[in-house]
Amino acid sequence: MIPTVPQPAFTKWCYRAYVTAFFIYLALPLTVVCVFAFNNSVFPSLPWEGFTLAWFFGTEAPFIGVFHERAIIRSIGTSAFVAMWVSGLAVAVGTCNAFLFVRHDFRGKGLLYVLMLLPLIIPGVILGISILVFSSSVANTLEDATGMWFDGLRPGLILVILGQFSFITTFATLVISARLQKFDPSLEEAALNLGASKWGAIRQITLPFLLPAIVASAVVSVLMSFENFNTTLMLVGSDSPLTITMFDKLKQGSTPVLNAVSLLLIMVSAVLGMMSLLFQSRKR
Amino acid sequence: MTSDTSRLGFYLLLAPILLWLVVLIILPHIGLFVVSISEKIGPREYETGFGNYAAFFTEPLYWRTFARTAIMSIVATALTLILGFPIAYYIAKLTRGRTKTTLFLMCMIPFWVSELVRTFGWMILLRETGVISNALQYLGVVDGPVEMLYNDAAIMVGLVYTSILFMVVPLVTTLDSLDDSLIEAGYDLGGSSTSIMREIVIPHAMPGIVSGCIVVFMLSLGNYLTPILLGGKDSLWFTGMIYTQFITRFNWELGSAFGFLLLALSSLVVFVGLKLSRQSLTETMGRT
Repeated sequence: MIPTVPQPAFTKWCYRAYVTAFFIYLALPLTVVCVFAFNNSVFPSLPWEGFTLAWFFGTEAPFIGVFHERAIIRSIGTSAFVAMWVSGLAVAVGTCNAFLFVRHDFRGKGLLYVLMLLPLIIPGVILGISILVFSSSVANTLEDATGMWFDGLRPGLILVILGQFSFITTFATLVISARLQKFDPSLEEAALNLGASKWGAIRQITLPFLLPAIVASAVVSVLMSFENFNTTLMLVGSDSPLTITMFDKLKQGSTPVLNAVSLLLIMVSAVLGMMSLLFQSRKR
Repeated sequence: MTSDTSRLGFYLLLAPILLWLVVLIILPHIGLFVVSISEKIGPREYETGFGNYAAFFTEPLYWRTFARTAIMSIVATALTLILGFPIAYYIAKLTRGRTKTTLFLMCMIPFWVSELVRTFGWMILLRETGVISNALQYLGVVDGPVEMLYNDAAIMVGLVYTSILFMVVPLVTTLDSLDDSLIEAGYDLGGSSTSIMREIVIPHAMPGIVSGCIVVFMLSLGNYLTPILLGGKDSLWFTGMIYTQFITRFNWELGSAFGFLLLALSSLVVFVGLKLSRQSLTETMGRT
């Protein structure tokens, strides 16, 4: 079945119909989420009661819009805080890892590379509980030994950041290594010949070359951190990020304010996703 | 150039990765295993033993949920492959240029959106007062509202939806690298569509099929949101059980044993999948 080999028209139409149906299947859930954000009813379901923007800007109960719902605004702030840290850490460590794997040969490199890939095949829930168990036992030991409190090792934002960092770094490493592999080392040698220091050559030649990959992986890290649920669920303390807040509200039964948040999330993710693709395509 | 500074540079680069892997991956998993083999015999008193694992095998609810999760994940993986393969083939072989990029992007957009939002979308569609139920009533297919949420089929729809991208992308990549002239040659030599599919296309796409299946199976096995939200209270998913033991019951010892069993199953599947297709983790994962 390729364009150069003729096929019966009926087969062709069936195939096209299937592909169309598939894309409808893909688009349907997101479309209804967006549409019901504008429904003038307290339930995100039919019947359609007319168009409203109250779920974005409303101030009177029960129509309290996203921008006035304090719990949601606060959790967006929490998510942004976590995402910034995770993205910064993941990109920094990912860049170091890229240099290590591309530029250096050492004993155990293969083993270390496999270890680096492991977080990809560990389910998120397990990553979460293993970090929870480990940090709690460290905290218990330290508290027994010193008599002080170590709140940073109890469920809370620090653990959420560490938990998300533990697997997002693998993605950052893969993206940045792929770019570094395409770098022509003679450019750096030329800089060294012209009198640059080792660090100066890396900063002025290699890092600018890596920039598209660094930005792309930073954007993807922010996106993954914002959307992460499984690992976060196990490590979350009293400040909950957006996905956890939304999950709690969803379990209690939801108003279309969740649709409004989702619509905003969809828009932000689409923009960020496009950005990361643009940066990645520029590097080719 | 093997001066002291470059050795120093090497160790500076080695430090962050070791810190990351040892502190956040290796030690926590060893800790998890240690907790899973300790039994509580009194307040703050523990004894080493495999009692938690024994509890798993003697209590039917536990191992049945485990088996159910594994079987549902296998079914979800198979469905994803069957549904995703024609789409990947269409994108890779039957479209060119702009159409191809657009279709590929359209495939990816839903997956940049949080899983929570996607699942919420399915809840709006499938619930009793939802869109599909109303549409069916409007069309006169059914008389009253139909509840389509909170059953295994709803979980399956959600699982396939959540993971299909991870099947389509590796498939498109491998199918793209298959030269059209090979398929033409197959037709010239008198092959039928089925035999060409079986003897040329599928063997060529095998690496993509394997890496897609591994990723989809792992994602389904470790999924928490979809079974809980679409399957309702009685959905019985193993990750839900781990959550209950840890957060609700505060029985970390049993919860750790459950976690370890889930980890063992998912690692086993990855290992067997890679062995069967004679690939290594490095090439499979490095590609995506």
